[in-house]
Amino acid sequence: MQTVAKLIDTTQCIGCKACEVACQEWNDQEFTLGTFNNSYQTMPDLAPNFWNLIKFNEAEQNGAQSWLMAKYQCMHCADAGCIKACPAPGAIIQRANGIVDFEHDACIGCGYCITGCPFDVPRLSSKTKKVYKCSLCSDRVAVGLEPACIKSCPTNCLSFGTRHDLKFLAEKRVSELKSDGFENAAIYDGPGVGGTNVLYVLKHGDKPEQYGLPKDPRIPWTVSLWKGPVKWLGNLVFFGGLFTALVHFLAIGPKEHKHED
Amino acid sequence: MTNGWTDVANADVVLVMGGNPAENHPVGFRFVMEARRKRKAKLVVVDPRFNRTAAVADSYTPMRSGTDIAFLGGIIHHALTNKLYHEEYVKLHTNAAFVVKEGFGFENGHFSGWDNTKGNYDRSSWQYETDASGYARIDPTLENPRCVFQLMKAHYARYTPEAVSNICGCTAEEFTKAADLICSSGKPDKTGTILYALGWTQHSHSVQLIHTAAMMQLLLGNIGRPGGGVNAQRGHANIQGSTDMGSWNNLPGYLKIPRANHATLDDYLKAYTPKPLRPNSLNYWGNTSKFMVSLLKAYYGRHASKENGFGYGNIPKAGETENYGWGHFFDNMQKGQLEGFISFGMNPVANGPNTPKMLDALSKLKWMVVVENFETETAAFWNARKLGEKFYPTYVEASNIQTEVLLLPAACFAEKDGAFVNSSRWLQWKKAALPPPGDAKVDQEIMARIFLKVRELYEKEGGTAPKPLLEMTWDYANPLSPSLEEVAREVNGRDVATNKQLNGFGELKDDGSTVCGNWIYSGSWTEAGNLMARRGQEDPTGLGLYPNWSWSWPANRRILYNRAGADSTGKGWDPQRTPLRWDGTRWIGDTPDYKADAKPEDMGAFIMLPEGVAKLFAADLVEGPFPEHYEPVESPVPNPLHPNVSHNPLAPIFHGPLDKLGEAKDYPYVAITYRLTEHFHYWTKHVASGSQLQTNFFVELPEALANEKGIKGGDLVRVRSARGMVEGPALVTKRIRPLRVAGKTVYQVGIPIHWGFVGRVRGPLVNNLTPSAYDPNAGTPEYKGFLVNVEKV
Repeated sequence: MQTVAKLIDTTQCIGCKACEVACQEWNDQEFTLGTFNNSYQTMPDLAPNFWNLIKFNEAEQNGAQSWLMAKYQCMHCADAGCIKACPAPGAIIQRANGIVDFEHDACIGCGYCITGCPFDVPRLSSKTKKVYKCSLCSDRVAVGLEPACIKSCPTNCLSFGTRHDLKFLAEKRVSELKSDGFENAAIYDGPGVGGTNVLYVLKHGDKPEQYGLPKDPRIPWTVSLWKGPVKWLGNLVFFGGLFTALVHFLAIGPKEHKHED
Repeated sequence: MTNGWTDVANADVVLVMGGNPAENHPVGFRFVMEARRKRKAKLVVVDPRFNRTAAVADSYTPMRSGTDIAFLGGIIHHALTNKLYHEEYVKLHTNAAFVVKEGFGFENGHFSGWDNTKGNYDRSSWQYETDASGYARIDPTLENPRCVFQLMKAHYARYTPEAVSNICGCTAEEFTKAADLICSSGKPDKTGTILYALGWTQHSHSVQLIHTAAMMQLLLGNIGRPGGGVNAQRGHANIQGSTDMGSWNNLPGYLKIPRANHATLDDYLKAYTPKPLRPNSLNYWGNTSKFMVSLLKAYYGRHASKENGFGYGNIPKAGETENYGWGHFFDNMQKGQLEGFISFGMNPVANGPNTPKMLDALSKLKWMVVVENFETETAAFWNARKLGEKFYPTYVEASNIQTEVLLLPAACFAEKDGAFVNSSRWLQWKKAALPPPGDAKVDQEIMARIFLKVRELYEKEGGTAPKPLLEMTWDYANPLSPSLEEVAREVNGRDVATNKQLNGFGELKDDGSTVCGNWIYSGSWTEAGNLMARRGQEDPTGLGLYPNWSWSWPANRRILYNRAGADSTGKGWDPQRTPLRWDGTRWIGDTPDYKADAKPEDMGAFIMLPEGVAKLFAADLVEGPFPEHYEPVESPVPNPLHPNVSHNPLAPIFHGPLDKLGEAKDYPYVAITYRLTEHFHYWTKHVASGSQLQTNFFVELPEALANEKGIKGGDLVRVRSARGMVEGPALVTKRIRPLRVAGKTVYQVGIPIHWGFVGRVRGPLVNNLTPSAYDPNAGTPEYKGFLVNVEKV
């Protein structure tokens, strides 16, 4: 099965927030009230009931005003930090098409996946004690539909397809931008996490942080340690302990209780 | 729109000015994006704010609200002096060559014919010089100093880049850069489109502003061509339909309203049937009698006969010079001249300018019926003091209001069938998605029940003028709730003798043998059925005209004036994008906006105009044949071009106790009001998703102004005008740039509408601030470019 992906061409995002509404409606999430923080962005952050956020960032590029809008959600990393961090078997799975999906029945609400995510995406619900994030509409994708956000986008800023095709489209778009004089245009594809299945085209690819994207996303070393050497060490200690006990049992025999009466 | 949404994808240059499609027409905006992707089109934004359209544009130029005519006048000057206009097009398709009478002129802010005591113009000097047979004289060389071309050149000679900069507040370099991009569409193989909306229409000089845009597009050869035109983005799903079906000053199909001095049908037809001004002018409005008589037959049926002028006497007549536009209507109401008022799908308390005056006016009524989906500010106006106290302390006390308010629940858009007429002039038939809830009824049932009851009362009790109601045709299968199919068939028109549906307005007659409710919609429901319900996706021209998708007025034509898309031999200006071409025997492409079997040289391309060509010079508008820059009624500076005639001398301004105007010394900042993507007018504050996407009212302030006043983002600020005030958190931004105007720094303050004293999320009514000043031709209020002061609370 081919890996699916979403392409976000930020040069075509008009910040209409249609994707935010579509996401909440399709996933049956309750609407709340927004806040005011000197911005058109009324939702300050992702939330257990809000998996898709457009960040609005005012910036200046060489003295010219710009207003950068970028959609922000689970990046569906090839090497997913959340999966690495999760101690509950089957709670976070990577499907054959690359979608990183949460199985809430198995989720124990420990929140380790939040620590493991280099993009700060999963959110723990205090009500259900489970963690939530964008599923790339795996339920829609499974029956041949595009994710709800893609369906609602009026400008073709969002595309859905195979990672291979979208990477090609993104490269074409970047070369167009470069020929239009935006020499720093680039694809954002999270190299530190083995690539992300949510790709971005950025006009100012040298400054992803202006779009609210981490410049060099990496899985925290503690998580890598936890599932890497520490896990290995942990196993060593655990199984080593068992083995030592067995050897002791065979060599010396069971522990004898002394009766002192 | 002269063209249509899908056609925007054909443009090389998209000028967005007086509109903000990325925010307010995001779905239509996809065609702008398509033009950029497929044609590498340049998106040029000129706006007071760096908005969400500017965020994805190739070029952004800031400007002061209300100075668009100066900006576009500057482009006309730029095109003329640098020879960037499409000369052959201008000679062939405009009135550039027409010679204007001696005595026409412009001096110190007034055109010739100004009458200081009457406060208006004698327009006789604005006419063309005519020959013995009454035709206008022309000079094809364009050299006659009194020809339109030379007069236009002289008029706009004052609009240099420096003058534009001095008025609009951008730099001369910024202006010239934008002007060069826009004028790049003047080459014969290039086209440029204009997308505008309420940023152009809501000024005290709005119609002239759109005339300036039309002039610019004519000079650049962009009218009648794919990817060209002057395109109004309509703000509601069916507001185009509402305009087409007539308001107080138009009957359906833009037939003029009869006035008191048109006592008979003959008087009316004599006044409103134009005569051709050139021998080769088709002058299609010469058929006015056919449109009017067929309309009267639709109204009065068997009561309409040749002998009684087809029932013309039944149509109410407006006073000879009476104006019933918004401003006058509510002013009359405030003066106690109206007893009752039906507010049908309209929320004037929120929509209208000068909210304190609106509330005062409604409180003078004896009764008001509000037909709505839910309780709006208008329905709850009597309780405004209590509900709105938090937002505005001085609304009228409920105990002082005697108006009886009746709220009738109406079906919402998804609960009705019928046609929406979109910005592209497409009549798109839709089906009801679900039945109306509870007691809510569809509009036509509410109207029919009121009509039939009033008629019954007239029958029983008589009255001053019962005939207009008693003779009205009402032959519907269910008179209490006529089906919209029946109404649509009637609007299309039929032959009285055969009872067959007409194929189009070409079949209309003025002898009473045809019936037609709106001549421009004739052809929408023929014997072939309901063409509005079509969803064919064929695109034979490859230009995105989709002739089998719904039905477009007039005559299913997708690009108006498409004959002008071709040269004198009938060959398209750009072989790649030809809407219509002559193959020697017939026209091929879109439905021709021309006599179908006439040769290219037979007649002028603009068949609706007596000139047969498009008007650069137009004596039709009340304040001048050429658009001139006038300041908004409230302005931070006197008009730099003619300080003694600063604003439009014909703009209706009211002088009642609540109609105050402010001056720059008390209210130094320019304010603009606008809509946000996240809301639809004053409706979606009742909806959960809209309330989340934009919850709080806010005021956008330039960073430099905020710094001066010690205001930080989120601080509560109070904005005052001479009419009232609003309070809300400040959104401090660099996106609204300080401007340099007439030697001084001018700040603009941005105020989104959408909030009010009822709904899921609430806030102040922005129209507390806006002035009772209007455009004289269209009656649109000046919601943009008025004066305020700002203080930290």
